[in-house]
Amino acid sequence: MVSKRVKKVSHSGIRAFFDLVLGMPEVISLGVGEPDFVTPWRVREKAITSLEEGFTSYTSNKGLKVLREDIAYHLKKKYALRYSPEDEILITTGVSEGLDLALRAILDPKDKVIVVSPHYVAYPALVELNLGEVLFLQTREKEGFKINTKKLEQLLVKYKPKAMILNYPSNPTGITYTENELKKLWRVLSDKEMLIISDEIYEDIFYKESHVCFASLKGAKKKVVLLNGFSKGCAMTGFRIGYACGPKEIIEAMMKIHSFGMLCAPIISQIAASEALKAKKEINLMVKEYKLRRDFIVKELNRIGLHTVMPEGAFYCFSCIEKFKLGDLDFAKALLLQENVAVIPGSAFGISYGGFIRISYANTLENLKEAVVRIERFLKNL
Amino acid sequence: MDDILEILENNARIEIEHLAKLTRKRGEEVKKMIKNYEKRGVIVKYKTVINKSRLRDERSVFALIEVRVTPQKDVGFDSIAQRIYRFPEVRSCYLLSGTYDLLLFLEGKDIQEIANFVSEKLAPLSSVKGTTSHFMLKKYKEDGVILVKDGKNKRLAVTY
Repeated sequence: MVSKRVKKVSHSGIRAFFDLVLGMPEVISLGVGEPDFVTPWRVREKAITSLEEGFTSYTSNKGLKVLREDIAYHLKKKYALRYSPEDEILITTGVSEGLDLALRAILDPKDKVIVVSPHYVAYPALVELNLGEVLFLQTREKEGFKINTKKLEQLLVKYKPKAMILNYPSNPTGITYTENELKKLWRVLSDKEMLIISDEIYEDIFYKESHVCFASLKGAKKKVVLLNGFSKGCAMTGFRIGYACGPKEIIEAMMKIHSFGMLCAPIISQIAASEALKAKKEINLMVKEYKLRRDFIVKELNRIGLHTVMPEGAFYCFSCIEKFKLGDLDFAKALLLQENVAVIPGSAFGISYGGFIRISYANTLENLKEAVVRIERFLKNL
Repeated sequence: MDDILEILENNARIEIEHLAKLTRKRGEEVKKMIKNYEKRGVIVKYKTVINKSRLRDERSVFALIEVRVTPQKDVGFDSIAQRIYRFPEVRSCYLLSGTYDLLLFLEGKDIQEIANFVSEKLAPLSSVKGTTSHFMLKKYKEDGVILVKDGKNKRLAVTY
């Protein structure tokens, strides 16, 4: 009964590894892709109040007007980006839905989409489910996992892709781009007939200067669909709330699909998201804490022999395990069984990244400290 | 506030070596900075937040006492505040604006002990015009720490 299209989407052996982890209750997990903080109280309280006040209905397909206006204001204030709340902003059920909508809105069968690797697991799967073809643009550790513009140009010229999915700060590497690096990228992309889908969900979790939105580059806005949300920065993963901004024509097409498939994002989450845009202080406190953890864990991982590029955002490290001559899945399994520490095998983020593991430092310092002791002991016994 | 102070305020028992790693400083440098903070009176004391309601045998009674006082010439409230805060029963003492002047946090082994302190030591002071006592029924949060049990982390152990 299951369609060929769905059958074709690969379901790697990592699922079995996940089941193994979930069956071990006392594990120190560095494998979690979400904040360890609870949603700030002011946001939760707003959600509770909205229920008390009886906000339990559908909203407009586009999302609550007040939330779209708040998002437009946020983007204008932070990036001097002007999006019309009327027809250039759509409230989605998380970035995942936003990405699916964007791909469904633009792809015809066999259209090509560039996915920058290592990549978030859903990118190639969603392209394939929408009958597109994935072009992997692999980045290398020695280039800091950043896009090599020459390689990008070759792909663009050879395959003429319909779109490219960008993600920065990145899951799984934590790397991001400076304004100059983004300008360099845009110079390569600007004259091509294609759409850039920019997933900037980790926008708030940034440790150096400040995040630069791709759509804010001169001339880029008309070719960009910006995807963002509240899951990571405001620790609201369970609220499933995000937004998409882009050219009117694309947003209209995305809205058409959204209105039949999802109708609207949950009203409680939309009201909570409006409050989240005001929770700057709470977000800053979380980012400060992530930074302390990052500084600690990256230094320690490098000291014990796991070469790790310094992440500049998000809450992940992508550490190299090549010298231990053990595949990523075997490495992760052995670490789990011997030391009760869970990490994610790198190949989950691209088949060429079996020499890496993803370590999430969205965990308490005490746990990170204990995890380092255990990993060091594990490496010594290898 | 400096990172070192921020971390210590939350966890005074952190090891110097760990603190140095977190702040990307050398251990010796961190030690020196802490000594300096102690010398300047920025770090006053290292204390532990104890949830006494969880102790079976050692129950205490806490009370908040509002005190109206007559300020004294030249020294204002300082002199009378000093007379009051020197009593060991007084855990905290604040000068406030509003309908009363000093707010005291008292701890005693029972209500009688606190009542005795108020009637025998505090109220008779010549500068004290009046007191209002409030006995604490339950502590929910103290010094930024929530004392009631919080639920376990509800995240799945692995996600992308």
